[in-house]
Amino acid sequence: MSDVVPRPGVVVVSGVASDSHTWNLVFLQLLLEELGYEVVNLGPCVPDDVLVEECERLAPVMVVLSSVNGHGHQDGARSVRRLRASQQLVGLPIAIGGKLGIHEKDNAAHVRKLLDAGFDAVFADGDERVVDFQRFVRALPGGAPGPAVDGGVPEPAVDGGVPR
Amino acid sequence: MRPPLDFGAFVRRHGGGDGGPVVQPRMGFGRPAQMRAGLAATRRANATTVGTITLDSYTRVGEPDMAARALHEGAELNGYPIVTHDAAVTGAVLSGIVDDDFPVQIRHGSAMPRDIFTALTALSLNATEGGPISYCLPYGRTPLEESVRNWAECAERFAGLRERGIEPHLETFGGCMLGQLCPPGQLVALSALEALFFYQHGIRSLSVSYAQQTSFEQDCEALTALRRLCRALLPTDNWHVVVYAYMGLYPATDGGAYRLLGQAAELAAATGAERLIVKTVAESRRIPTIEENVAALEYAGAAAAATETMAGGAPADSETYQEALALIEAVLNLDGDVGRALLTAFRRGYLDIPYCLHPDNAGRARGYIADDGRLRWAERGALPLGRGGPGGDGGTGARRVTSAGLLADLSYVRRTFDTEPLKPGDTQGRLGAHQ
Repeated sequence: MSDVVPRPGVVVVSGVASDSHTWNLVFLQLLLEELGYEVVNLGPCVPDDVLVEECERLAPVMVVLSSVNGHGHQDGARSVRRLRASQQLVGLPIAIGGKLGIHEKDNAAHVRKLLDAGFDAVFADGDERVVDFQRFVRALPGGAPGPAVDGGVPEPAVDGGVPR
Repeated sequence: MRPPLDFGAFVRRHGGGDGGPVVQPRMGFGRPAQMRAGLAATRRANATTVGTITLDSYTRVGEPDMAARALHEGAELNGYPIVTHDAAVTGAVLSGIVDDDFPVQIRHGSAMPRDIFTALTALSLNATEGGPISYCLPYGRTPLEESVRNWAECAERFAGLRERGIEPHLETFGGCMLGQLCPPGQLVALSALEALFFYQHGIRSLSVSYAQQTSFEQDCEALTALRRLCRALLPTDNWHVVVYAYMGLYPATDGGAYRLLGQAAELAAATGAERLIVKTVAESRRIPTIEENVAALEYAGAAAAATETMAGGAPADSETYQEALALIEAVLNLDGDVGRALLTAFRRGYLDIPYCLHPDNAGRARGYIADDGRLRWAERGALPLGRGGPGGDGGTGARRVTSAGLLADLSYVRRTFDTEPLKPGDTQGRLGAHQ
């Protein structure tokens, strides 16, 4: 993290390039705000270039990606490699969660692949719980600015329309 | 080659009467053989059906190369990449299945649909879905102005199919914005406005969507309002109403999923909707299989057929109607060109989709589920709805939305339908019939 100058408390929340789902991102924003962070929510379908640019510009303390359309294991791996390729973002804590593949049975493989690609934490739907995510957030250097939020339910993978 | 049937004419002939709506899946597979099998199974299903080809999300965001790479690498796509597959391949998928007894609609979600429309017109595929607002704001970062321009141009090109004797059909997706937590007045207004937009750009066969929300009574009002407003606004009779089974967080139990689908079917049948888009028991977990889709189609078809159309429908002057009318009038008063009027409306916050993160959405309006199950405004932003007026509780933004509160509202329908005990008659013996 040598080159990164974190702006205290800014977290970037973002969807991945091909994922149009919004509710998961809205929920994460509210949760992180309640934990005391300032959130910049880039919304759904964020191209890798925009994600990298915004992260370099904002110098966040953490990036949280979320994907529920089944392409997360592909899009997420590509995005995190792009983020890690930036000198500025090499040591930045980056997490991803959601429905990461089309089939539940492939979750373990997807998690491994995403960790190998450069994520610090991967929360696959099914075992992912808000408490786990909060534990991860609070274990970060400096921890969360605010108190824990009572959650304990999986992040919502909500169908916002066509296609998934 | 004989031109394909008008999708709208087919649906209006077969749906909306005593037999209930025509039923349709939301189905898309990356591999041609599987797509063909899905269409064939939909056609064979024991219900009056139309087919669906849902495109994959790489095609939707204008990255056909990514779709090609996924196909090449053997990775699974979440829909059919119609721009990537050769026209001959898609022709073979359709051949002998899609005809005058079984029309097909292409569904995608793109705000940059030029390549998709090129593929459709080349294949004489004459039914699709979209809208300058509804296929833009929820799905990404394409500027609204660009989307309006793209959709105007594509609608006009699509309308050009008539020169070849083919009637093109477009459905508005505006009645489904973000799936949940948008009070119905605005959904109805958007659906009707997008239909008018398509009409202004040459489309003469239209359908208007509305997605089931959280209150059966309020949904009946909304569908009655949508019909009344379209009758007044659209200068053609060739339009119909399509109801979507709930698009938010879906029940996780089979019983809950079927009860919710059954209620969507009742809603469509009771309000005389001509078409119904179904959801399946797998919806909360993953993309459904062909068999799960067929089971849902047959269940919904039977449930709708068993429902009586409401005599006279819901009250015509409901608060939902008043709210939709106020929004439509405010928008149409801005400009004679619906596309420009929509852009100005979003700039001023006269239209404002709750929780939508798109940079061109004002993002001040908030919806919530009231104690009676109806969707109401927690915050109206600049929406031209009087504070104490219809559709609201005088909401002034006093309600603070928290992550837990949002989650409770997002999962309200799932919770309600999953916890109700399953009665023997609920599935009419069809649960799992095709598993």
